Amino acid sequence: MIRERLLVVGNGMAGIRAIEEVLARAPGRYDIAVFGAEPHPAYSRIMLSPMLAGEKRFDEIVTHDRAWYEANGIALHTGVRVTAIHRDARIVVTGDGRSFAYDRLILATGSEPAPLPVPGSELPGVMTFRNAGDVEAMLRQTRDGARAVVIGGGLLGLEAAYGLKQRGMGVTVVHLMPHLMERQLDREAASLLQRELEARGIEVVCSARTAGISGTRQVRGVELADGRHLPADLVVVAIGVRPDIALAREAGLVTARGVVVDGAMRTSDPHIFAAGECAEHDGVCHGLIAPLYDMAKILAATLAGETASYAPLPTATRLKVSGIELFSAGDFSHDEGCEDIILRDPRRGAYRRLVLKNGRLIGAVLYGETSDGAFFFDLIQSGADTASMRDVLIFGRALCEAA
Amino acid sequence: MVDGEPADWNTALDLVARRFNETIAAHGPDSVAFYVSGQLLTEDYYVANKLMKGFIGSANIDTNSRLCMASSVAGHTRAFGEDIVPCCYEDLDEADLVVLVGSNAAWCHPILFRRLTDARERRGTKIVAIDPRRTATAADADLFLQLNPGTDVELFNGLLANLAGTPSLDSDYIDQFTTGFHETLEQARTDAPDIRTIAEICGLRQDDVRTFFELFAKTERTVTIYSQGVNQSSRGTDKVNAIINCHLATGRIGRPGTGPFSFTGQPNAMGGREVGGLSNQLAAHMDFTPENIDRVRRFWGAPRVAGRPGLKAVDLFSAVGEKRIKAIWVMGTNPAASLPDGNSVRMALKNCDFVVVSDCVADTDTGRLADVLLPAAGWGEKDGTVTNSERRISRQRAFMPLPQEAQPDWWIVTEIARRMGFADAFAYRRPSEIFREHAALSTFENNDSRVFDLGGLAGFDDRQYDLLPPIQWPVPIGEQSGKARIFADRKFPTPDGRARFVATPYRGPANATDDSAPLVLNTGRMRDQWHTMTRTGEVPRLMSQAPEPLLDIHPSDAARFGIADGGIAEISSSWGRAIARVRHTTDQKPGQAFLPMHWTDNLSARGTPGRVVNPACDAVSGQPELKHTPARVTPLNIRWEGVLLSHVRFRPRGLTHWSRSAVTGGYAYRLAGEEPIGEGILLGLSLMKERKDALDIHDKRRGIFRAASFDAGGVLTECLLVAPPGELPDTAWLAELFGSGSPVPAADRLLVLAARPVAASAGEGRIVCSCFGVGETRIARAIGDGARDTCALGRLLRCGTNCGSCLPELRDLISREAGHIPATPFDSAPGGKDPLACTI
Repeated sequence: MIRERLLVVGNGMAGIRAIEEVLARAPGRYDIAVFGAEPHPAYSRIMLSPMLAGEKRFDEIVTHDRAWYEANGIALHTGVRVTAIHRDARIVVTGDGRSFAYDRLILATGSEPAPLPVPGSELPGVMTFRNAGDVEAMLRQTRDGARAVVIGGGLLGLEAAYGLKQRGMGVTVVHLMPHLMERQLDREAASLLQRELEARGIEVVCSARTAGISGTRQVRGVELADGRHLPADLVVVAIGVRPDIALAREAGLVTARGVVVDGAMRTSDPHIFAAGECAEHDGVCHGLIAPLYDMAKILAATLAGETASYAPLPTATRLKVSGIELFSAGDFSHDEGCEDIILRDPRRGAYRRLVLKNGRLIGAVLYGETSDGAFFFDLIQSGADTASMRDVLIFGRALCEAA
Repeated sequence: MVDGEPADWNTALDLVARRFNETIAAHGPDSVAFYVSGQLLTEDYYVANKLMKGFIGSANIDTNSRLCMASSVAGHTRAFGEDIVPCCYEDLDEADLVVLVGSNAAWCHPILFRRLTDARERRGTKIVAIDPRRTATAADADLFLQLNPGTDVELFNGLLANLAGTPSLDSDYIDQFTTGFHETLEQARTDAPDIRTIAEICGLRQDDVRTFFELFAKTERTVTIYSQGVNQSSRGTDKVNAIINCHLATGRIGRPGTGPFSFTGQPNAMGGREVGGLSNQLAAHMDFTPENIDRVRRFWGAPRVAGRPGLKAVDLFSAVGEKRIKAIWVMGTNPAASLPDGNSVRMALKNCDFVVVSDCVADTDTGRLADVLLPAAGWGEKDGTVTNSERRISRQRAFMPLPQEAQPDWWIVTEIARRMGFADAFAYRRPSEIFREHAALSTFENNDSRVFDLGGLAGFDDRQYDLLPPIQWPVPIGEQSGKARIFADRKFPTPDGRARFVATPYRGPANATDDSAPLVLNTGRMRDQWHTMTRTGEVPRLMSQAPEPLLDIHPSDAARFGIADGGIAEISSSWGRAIARVRHTTDQKPGQAFLPMHWTDNLSARGTPGRVVNPACDAVSGQPELKHTPARVTPLNIRWEGVLLSHVRFRPRGLTHWSRSAVTGGYAYRLAGEEPIGEGILLGLSLMKERKDALDIHDKRRGIFRAASFDAGGVLTECLLVAPPGELPDTAWLAELFGSGSPVPAADRLLVLAARPVAASAGEGRIVCSCFGVGETRIARAIGDGARDTCALGRLLRCGTNCGSCLPELRDLISREAGHIPATPFDSAPGGKDPLACTI
């Protein structure tokens, strides 16, 4: 029997997860090949921060070595970029001019860093923080006493700042919004976080718009809109990501912010699927690990001939900065009908905020002490009625289970 | 302290002596006054009385015994010719019937009550309680008569009239040893023609009245105990005489197991009465007859002995308010909080030219109004004598050194007397010298005219005084053994040697309820507290039973006035108002409210009952009617409540309601206000001393706010909880944690604000047994584990095995937790098992 050919574009966390799920659900059904633009086999992108900080080596974050691909009969093409899809012929073309036919195609192209639209952003020494190559580039620039400016006080920017600080650099974080990690944190938790970062020698400048990057042959500093100048030997731009959809768009697939997929992870072409950060489901692109895994599962089920539909769940985030416990899950924008329960322990730098709506937990921020994160996350995901435990909800699992 | 500034003794004493002398010189002896205390030792009392009545020349020395024993003193004097308690405590062992009138002995005299219930174990003594409230004593009685307030005279008139028709009437005794029986019986019959009338006036069931009368008539060995429910009444003296009348009519007096027995309220109320510390006494059981005045003048070598009675407490403070009295010295008592019409009393002291307060407690409601505050020794630091309810004089020996600059009261008085120019008459160097003089005066030209005679002790040297064993007076010259019972010889210290029946026409309380004041406000003691809580209020274990001012009302009244159980209400009268938490209880009859007597401005925003209580007094004894004030109750619109645990002792300002109670390691403040809860949280936070680094939680929609501070070692140092009314959690566990001083593990730090342990079964709970610190939670567990009587609980936990005042509550807990009633029902064989009656 001739096996169907399954091509996977993207050897990142979504692509490899989708392959694993397919192997589990439809063993032997597909002839699988995977294309990765990076020169490495699969590694855990979320471990890049510890790698930057010197807490992990690259070989420790590799999740699937070449032997694994071999053992599972998967053709791995590293350092190979897919440049075009000919949907009529069902072939893809790679950067080195080769063509590969497919019966099913998975797009797992992920995201690319959002560019900083200011003068000087092309200067040498201005970097992004997205892949292992970026980390290696940054590490080449680090030296004791050198100065780094990280533009963007979100999850990734802060992890970059921490990593560079750990490498002995002087680090300043420049953030456009009034407080750090505004998508995950409220003002109080953010100020605790800021204090903690400052205590570790990381400067934080909030409400600061970057007007330009100075330097001629090499970056020399960051110019803020209010006139301040921050000297820098290295600038890391971490102001967000956007789905990498160039390939899909070129191929004429329906795209919006991401590659539009239905609940079965199918694109507008029934032979082509998408999963991970590049996929847009129900108008939303997801950037975290849990939904990515869920999509991979659904996609594999579809490829196995099962009927499955993706239903996004609330997501949780942890900041991967050693010694800073930060957990954020669900929704805590201030909607009508939301009720806050807040716990603060400024001396120990601990903070909790729960957001309830109609008696159900919809959001949680834990700072300083996050061991109950999973408990709250479960409650958010299950949508359980918390009325009976409201008095003790903020205190977490131990007391809620005694209630 | 002089004018709030520290001063040395010489400066303070000179100032007091000079100001008193100047005032007397300018305005006469009656322009000054002393207000003293039943907690002074006899020696203190003696020198204070001597200074005022013999050397200043006024009788304006009165005592807080006026609020306590004056009606008994007056009743005894009317009946016997002298203030004599004929009984002794052994009579409780010997009686077959003990009637407690207006006495919650189970709480107020727990040792004696134990003695009584022990006797019941042995001989089946019947106990009858007569009280408008279902007290712990009532709950333990064989028969409880919950009479209408102030109707005791009607009941005992009825009893007398009823006894007259029974063989129990001792006609021989009446004929030979008494006078006035027939007029008195006539009066009684007029008031109480039949059981139905009595029952109606007293609000009792006819059957109960009949049962009581029959029991009294048929039981030869009957003791009638009476206390503040009788005394603190505008008809107090008549109540005392109505009771004594029944004992005289049956000849049940002066014999084992019989007699009218006044239980005193204070440790040395009796000693004060001996020296003449009441303004209507002169000295040593002598009144103001010309012969007595002359006799005392000669004995003291006094320049100007007071020639007439002085002002009694309520009138005395009115005189201060009217500026007739311009200088007053308050010793060891807290009239600003304890007297009726408290607003007027506070105003009087505030506006008085010169107020001296000597006390062993620095911060009292009265002390705050003082120009000069003198540090007096506390009881454990003092040396002298006290006399108890059975006339037993006991040496009190210091077991603590004098702290800092404190001095005993006798020393302070003596020093002032010397500086006023009376050095020769106040040359005392030690209490024994005073005692000898006191004993000598009691026997001076006595010739059996006064029963009170300590002649046998007057010659004691210092060593004999030091070693004096407890002894019951009289101890005339030539005797050294004392006397258990008086009137066994049927001789009374009246001019004709006969006891006197006193006709006591029944009249209701001075002020009646009406539409604007439909409730009767009663006041009284809590189980573990003393007077204005200046000392017991500092003891966490004692405060735990009732840590805040509670107004008890019947649920039907609560419904009528719209007041929820646990809500905060104002109780007000024509004289003033107080604020307390409301407790619904069927222990109160409908139409009556009860407020503990103890709360002061020091301990609460407005929990002091004295402001509400009417200043009506008994016409004979001058004792105020503290237990009957027409009042109304209105709910407050409380929108938030809080609890603050703090190391700091202070008086919060600007709050509608607060009260403070001592807890281990600090104080618990209960707070409440009418502001929106957001403001309440800010008010609560403003009271926190360490709020900057506090851990807090806030559930905004529900208005739940909690904050806690820890020291560097992780020990909880301060804690605030704010919630909508009725939604505060039980803080017992938090208070335990606060008091333990143990550091909270970092992992559990956040859990502190949950106000409860993770394991629900841990903790002591509210303390029930104060002696051994045994709490409700632990007791309930023990009952759950099979302890079915107080005996078993005592064996397991020791609760109830010391003073026993928690035994009624332990029995309640057993019946509640186990559905099993361990009480002793009327007419059953004695069988209630109490820990001291069983083997532990």
